[in-house]
Amino acid sequence: MVEFDGVGLRYGPDAEVLSDISFNLQPGSFYFLTGASGAGKTSLLKMLYLAQRPSRGIVRLFGEDLVAMPRHRLPGFRRRIGVVFQDFRLIPHLSARDNIALPLRIAGVGEEDLAGPVGEMLSWIGLGGRADAFPATLSGGEQQRVAIARAVIARPQLLVADEPTGNVDPDMAMRLLGLFEALNRLGTTVVVATHDIHLISRIENAQMMRLEKGRLSDPTGALRYPPNRA
Amino acid sequence: MIIPRVPIQHRRLLPDRRLAGPTPWVIAILMMLTLLAAAAGVGLARSANAIGDAIAGRVTVQIVTANPVARAEQASALRRRAAAQSFVRSARSVEQEELLSTLGQWFGSADGDDPALKSLPLPALVDIDFVGTDRAGQLARLRQLVAEEAPGARIIPHAEWLGPVARLIRSLAWVAGALVLMMTAASAAVVIMTARAALGTHYATIEMLHLIGATDRQITRLFQRRIAIDTAYGIALGTAVATAILLLIGWQWSGVTAGLAATASLGTIGWALLLALPLLAIALAALTARQTLLAALKKIL
Repeated sequence: MVEFDGVGLRYGPDAEVLSDISFNLQPGSFYFLTGASGAGKTSLLKMLYLAQRPSRGIVRLFGEDLVAMPRHRLPGFRRRIGVVFQDFRLIPHLSARDNIALPLRIAGVGEEDLAGPVGEMLSWIGLGGRADAFPATLSGGEQQRVAIARAVIARPQLLVADEPTGNVDPDMAMRLLGLFEALNRLGTTVVVATHDIHLISRIENAQMMRLEKGRLSDPTGALRYPPNRA
Repeated sequence: MIIPRVPIQHRRLLPDRRLAGPTPWVIAILMMLTLLAAAAGVGLARSANAIGDAIAGRVTVQIVTANPVARAEQASALRRRAAAQSFVRSARSVEQEELLSTLGQWFGSADGDDPALKSLPLPALVDIDFVGTDRAGQLARLRQLVAEEAPGARIIPHAEWLGPVARLIRSLAWVAGALVLMMTAASAAVVIMTARAALGTHYATIEMLHLIGATDRQITRLFQRRIAIDTAYGIALGTAVATAILLLIGWQWSGVTAGLAATASLGTIGWALLLALPLLAIALAALTARQTLLAALKKIL
């Protein structure tokens, strides 16, 4: 699914923010990415959702080398990835409904096929009555739910979430985690960056990826050589 | 397609702030000035060509013999002899009434019945149009003819005194053409700045669209459409104002029948060119916007 081999990342002439990152994400697995602030979690996620190319190393996604991949092929890969941003990144002049429908529209899904899935998703995140509300009128938690709905509506093969439950109450956090788990059961590989230790303990069989000062902690080699590939 | 088709749901990805920015208004002013400069250029070029054609092979022989009867006979004989020459297309004696009428305008007497004017000893004039291009040879042969039929008469090639005017008018037409090009370049620059500003303003939206799999083409069409429509509004407004000004000038010009001014007009081709300019401007704006946007998007992963 995702393979990083000796990946390093630096911004400009500064020292590397990520060094020698190597791991294999297995299809249908669930990963938590943890680490202190500044450890490089967001940078690693950026490479996962194709917002950043590595400075060195090999990144393979869905079996293809992304480092050498021409730019015009990236959108096709991005449509297979759902992203939940820490700062939501909702489009302010679009309603909750239109924000959620965006990935499907970009993928060319017709309007007649949109209404059903978008309506279901709105109901599921508890915003069925606020479908036409604009982000500025939604609370932080509501915005986060919309952002999550937008990330998952196209049933991505890989879901990357950066602190997805940071702004919601514990009940909603569990519901959202339940959604991730349900997607995971349907075969989506999920990577969730979080500080929330309680969240981590809720998912059985989830694997931990811990970043420390830009390096991935993998003492057993399980991340680099997963059991079913070893 | 000058203005690309974009699904209505995608159009909402950009906030609807049509005509809110300065672009349509700047484009309107530039378009109006471009059309006025183009109209001036076309009118002047046509005027210069008309004058050039008229003076290229024309001379006037001025017979100043004191005896009016002898003067008239010399003019008549010269006209007959000249008309029979192979290098002459036509020879025409300018009637005294025509001369009086022309001079009468300067004497404040439109009918040429001013007593002072009538008392003046007017020369007899013979207008001669040459055939072919050997002007020096034709003039030499005409001098010989004039020496035989009207000794002492002066030969005045029109190119000598109208040539500089025609050249000046032609130069002004070129200046007008250069102005059209410069204003076209300025319009393109405005579109480029608008496209870049739009990218800057909507960077977060563009980045988001990229990350959920939108292609450069999808994003470009979105902005291209918006810029093309805003520009089209400006072009339509500028064209409407310029057309009104040109029609007003044309209406006033229609009363001008004398001298060089009467040769200035736009003609069918001129009007067609002026009508084509706004469409070309919209196409140029859309193309410029597209290229600017694609170049800018390539810098984003």
